[in-house]
Amino acid sequence: MNWTSCLFLLCSLMAGGFAVAVVLSSNIVRMAFYLVLSLAATAGLFFLAGADFVGAMQLMIYVGGTLVLLVFGVMLTAQSQFVQMRTSSGELLTALILGGALLVVLVSTAINVPAWQPTSNPAVDSATPVITATPIGMALEGYRVDQLTQPDTALRRGMSGYLFPFIIVSVHLLVVLIGAAYLARAKRPVVERMR
Amino acid sequence: MYLLGHLLTEPVGVVHYMIVGAVLFTCGVVCMATKRNALGILMGIELVLNGANVNLIAFGSPYLRGAEATIGLDGQLMAMFVIVLAAAEAAVALAIALNFYNNFGSIDVDRANQLKG
Repeated sequence: MNWTSCLFLLCSLMAGGFAVAVVLSSNIVRMAFYLVLSLAATAGLFFLAGADFVGAMQLMIYVGGTLVLLVFGVMLTAQSQFVQMRTSSGELLTALILGGALLVVLVSTAINVPAWQPTSNPAVDSATPVITATPIGMALEGYRVDQLTQPDTALRRGMSGYLFPFIIVSVHLLVVLIGAAYLARAKRPVVERMR
Repeated sequence: MYLLGHLLTEPVGVVHYMIVGAVLFTCGVVCMATKRNALGILMGIELVLNGANVNLIAFGSPYLRGAEATIGLDGQLMAMFVIVLAAAEAAVALAIALNFYNNFGSIDVDRANQLKG
C-alpha cells in the first residue's frame, strides 16, 4: 500500500469529480460550493507534490479570497430567476461531446510521453520533506538560493530570479483593483440619468 | 486502466497529475461554453487556470521527476503568478458582471448583445 498514491487518488477524484459537478449543476450557489471543494482538493494535490507554500497560497488566496469574491457576486445577483439558469440540452450535448474529444486528446497525449511516466529515482525521496517557502521568497526578491550549485553556466542565467515579474504583477494587481473599484462603484439609477 | 489499476501500490508520476489537469481544463472549457450565468463563466475560467497550475506544480515537483528533469522552483513560482493573476482577473470580471447587472437587471450573458451588428 502506497499512501502517497492513495492520498493522490482521493484528492484527484475529489478535484475532478467536483469539477464535473460544477459543469453539470445548474444552480449557481451549488456551483460555487462545488468549486470551493474542487479547489481545496487541488491544494491537497499541491501538498502531495511537495509544493507546500503554493498549496497554502492556493487555500488562502483562491479558496479564501477569490472564491469569497465570487460568492459575494452570486449573492449580489441572486434573484430567483438567475439562480437556476438551464442551458438547452442540445447545446449541453454538443459541448459535452466536444469536451470529451478534447479530454481524450489531452489524456492520450499525456500517457504517450515516456518522460512523464512514474520515475524510480526521483530528485528527492518521497520520505524527505522539501522546504519551499524560503527559496520562493528569495526567488521573488531576486536570489535563487536553490540554484547556487548549478554547474551549467547556461542555466545560471535563471539565477537572476523573479524580481521583475514580481514587481510587474504587483503593479498589475494594484491597477486592476483600482479599476475594479472604479467599475463597481455605486452609481445613480439609470432612470434618473435619462431624464 | 493500466495507470489506475496500479495506483494503489505504485508511485504516482507526472502523467497522473497531467490527467487531473486535463480533466480540470476540460471541465473549465465546457463550463465556459455552456453556462449562461456570467458568474458560471467566471467559475469555468478558475477551473482552467487551476488545471494549468496542476501541470506547473507537477513539472516542478522533486518527488515526481529525476533531478535533471524537474524544473524545480520555477514551476511553483509560475503557479504563484497564475494564482495572483487569477485573483486580479476575478476582481475585474466580477466588477464588470455587477455593472452589467446594475444596468440591465440581468446576469444572463445571452442578453449582452448590444454590440451585435
